[in-house]
Amino acid sequence: MSNETATEKKVIVFQLKDEEFAVSVQQIGSIERIETITRVPNTAKFVKGVINLRGVVTPIIDLRSRLGIEESDYTESTRIIIVYLDDMEVGLIVDAANDVIDISTDAIEPAPEVIGAVNADYIEGVAKLENRLLILLDLKKVLTYEEINELKNVEGQ
Amino acid sequence: MDTTQYLDVFIDESNEHIEVLYKKLLELEKDPTEKAIIEEIFRAAHTLKGMSATMGYNDLAKLTHTLENVFDAIRYDKVQVQSEMIDLLVETVDHLNAMVEDIASGGNGSQDITDVANQLEAIEKGEVVVPKEKIETVQEVVTAQNSSVFTKLDEFELSILNESNERGFQNFEVSVQLREDCLLKGARVFMVFEVLEQLGEVIKSNPSVTDLEDENFDYSFSVILVSSAKENEIAEKIKKVSEIEKVTVDAFSVNNYLDRKETELTTPVTNEVNTVEDKKVEKNESTDSENTKSSHNKTIRVNIDKLDVLMNLFEELIIDRGRLEQISTELRNTELQESVERMSRVSSDLQNIILTMRMVPIEHVFSRFPRMIRKLARDLDKQVDLEIIGADTELDRTVIDEIGDPIVHLLRNAIDHGVETPEVRLQKGKPEKGTIKLKAFHSGNHVFIEIADDGAGINKEKVLKKAIENGIVSENDKDTLTDQQIYGLIMESGFSTADKISDISGRGVGLDVVKNTIESLGGSITIDSEYNKGSVFSIQLPLTLTIISVLLVELNKEKYAIPLSSIIETAIVSKEQILSAHHKKVIDFRGKVVPLVNLKEIFDVPNADHDEEYTSIVIVKKGEKMAALVVDSFIGQQEVVLKSLGAYLSSTFAISGATILGDGQVALIVDSNAVIK
Repeated sequence: MSNETATEKKVIVFQLKDEEFAVSVQQIGSIERIETITRVPNTAKFVKGVINLRGVVTPIIDLRSRLGIEESDYTESTRIIIVYLDDMEVGLIVDAANDVIDISTDAIEPAPEVIGAVNADYIEGVAKLENRLLILLDLKKVLTYEEINELKNVEGQ
Repeated sequence: MDTTQYLDVFIDESNEHIEVLYKKLLELEKDPTEKAIIEEIFRAAHTLKGMSATMGYNDLAKLTHTLENVFDAIRYDKVQVQSEMIDLLVETVDHLNAMVEDIASGGNGSQDITDVANQLEAIEKGEVVVPKEKIETVQEVVTAQNSSVFTKLDEFELSILNESNERGFQNFEVSVQLREDCLLKGARVFMVFEVLEQLGEVIKSNPSVTDLEDENFDYSFSVILVSSAKENEIAEKIKKVSEIEKVTVDAFSVNNYLDRKETELTTPVTNEVNTVEDKKVEKNESTDSENTKSSHNKTIRVNIDKLDVLMNLFEELIIDRGRLEQISTELRNTELQESVERMSRVSSDLQNIILTMRMVPIEHVFSRFPRMIRKLARDLDKQVDLEIIGADTELDRTVIDEIGDPIVHLLRNAIDHGVETPEVRLQKGKPEKGTIKLKAFHSGNHVFIEIADDGAGINKEKVLKKAIENGIVSENDKDTLTDQQIYGLIMESGFSTADKISDISGRGVGLDVVKNTIESLGGSITIDSEYNKGSVFSIQLPLTLTIISVLLVELNKEKYAIPLSSIIETAIVSKEQILSAHHKKVIDFRGKVVPLVNLKEIFDVPNADHDEEYTSIVIVKKGEKMAALVVDSFIGQQEVVLKSLGAYLSSTFAISGATILGDGQVALIVDSNAVIK
């Protein structure tokens, strides 16, 4: 990513349970309110289904479930963050998303083994700001192909 | 002339003409006297010649010209069609095909065609009956009468000669006399030609180039040369070649040539045959163009990208149409409803047109197989009949372009490894002649292509042994494999069952490539076989139809779409009609036992209902097989746009895609083929 050499990195901050996560804005298409999701059978548990995103059928995964955090009911503040990775377009359900901030690349540190409830595998790094801790999510790992293969196994066919 | 902009059109059209040639040649073999076929071949060859000449592909033009001559002779009964001839003619078209392919891949289409051209000329001349000989004598007379030996120039040659004058070149008639003690006439001719080609361009030679190269002439020959050099310069340069007796260089005048033609026309007796023939050719050419106009629809070529864009735009329209329809039913405004209905009708017509525009009958691929099979069978000393069923099955153009090679491979495989030699077949009590069936049909959102032979079948034990040897399966796994899985092993990479390697198939690469290609197209391939009875290779391919008719059904509160093309009918059956066989629920559907498939179970629909008095079923088919899908209720038929689930969920069991309904909701499309086992 070109921004890595720069000193500032623009990220979108979102909430999962009581932790704050961040994803680079360049990987984000839009942020949507929760809408009717059509369930897709025979897929992994964290795949909630598909939505009609302005004419494009977009798969939706529950990020809580994906990262191993217990699921909760959707509320007024629940959002779907549409992310792009390679040729994939996937929506991530998060508890809330309301912040776009610039963080200095100096503030980013490699991830410690375990942060809260989330396995370090999915974490690119941790950014320390004055009074908050942002977990930078590694989207590639979150949407990795092994997971898709896992989906195929779940299909059982 | 800059012709590059016409190249695509040229290649497309050439391929079409070559296709016609192949097809008609095979028909001709069956029906050697049918004038209509001969006419059509002549016409195709003629057009091809004209096009390639215009584009400047001389070898192609030359070969088609010879081909055209042969058929000209045939259609005036100067030559009888014989089966050996067909071989040569097919071979000629093979050459043409190779040339066009070369051009398509950026080459200049040049090929060594002397052999074929020679043989063609031999057909044209050698096996002629009386009238043709007359022509030749006539030609000799003409030669004697006139100073020039060139009596027959075709339009193309004439146009070059005319043009050369305009461009400041001159036309010469160069006659070369070799010494009588010359040993290597062919070599000398070659050297002379090399000199000539440095000086300018050789338009025509007498005797023909091929005859010259085969030393089929006495000691003199003449050529028409277009050059900017002076007469004596040409003569001097040619004389540098040794063993040359005499060189004469004269200006060749097109006008004189035409005048001479005129006099020929007016000189009645001696030149009768010749002129009559010329006249006929001319007359025929004019009727040709008329025929073409009347028998072929006018077409225009459109870039497929534009069709894709058109399709995308139309998809948007369809989604909005669905929305409008829903709004109008809710509002119950008569005027609105009427205009929405009208719009729906127009857009369905539009949709039909757009869809069919992209569809091409699979015949385009199949048509080249009969001759291929014929040739292969001959090469392998086998007797094979190819039966083609469903050639009119239509497929999207993009798929058509890709499936040719895999099918070729499977057919070769069927002939090489499937069908036995006639002796073996007789021993086994089969008819001497093997049969390969090539069958295409639609089912659901897929098209199926089956290649079935009545040959040796697959030896399961041999396959297993080989697979274990090559480490494709482990010894332990072998008992757990089903027959189909074992047959499938022959398509794994690094597997070849042929005892000896032939150049037809069995080089160790092959079926795995077929499998990969088909899978990359989103299809699949399965093999069924019975030892000594034959094998069936069954290919399933997506239609890539993006707009389809579906039946919307409800499972609990979820909506699913079942493609109409795979549905036979819907029914409501009572509890008593559901029977049990081998612990499976089945129904008796018009005398056939059809298994019940509970979609709710397959799709894990929450709180699946318990037994009800009546069950709604949708009977779907995949080829010959059927299944009854159990649903909660039918919503109705609708046109929908097929959308992919996205790369993230690319292969979900029993779901072939999704669609957006009028209310903006996503409904999943059931892949009924996956459900039928």
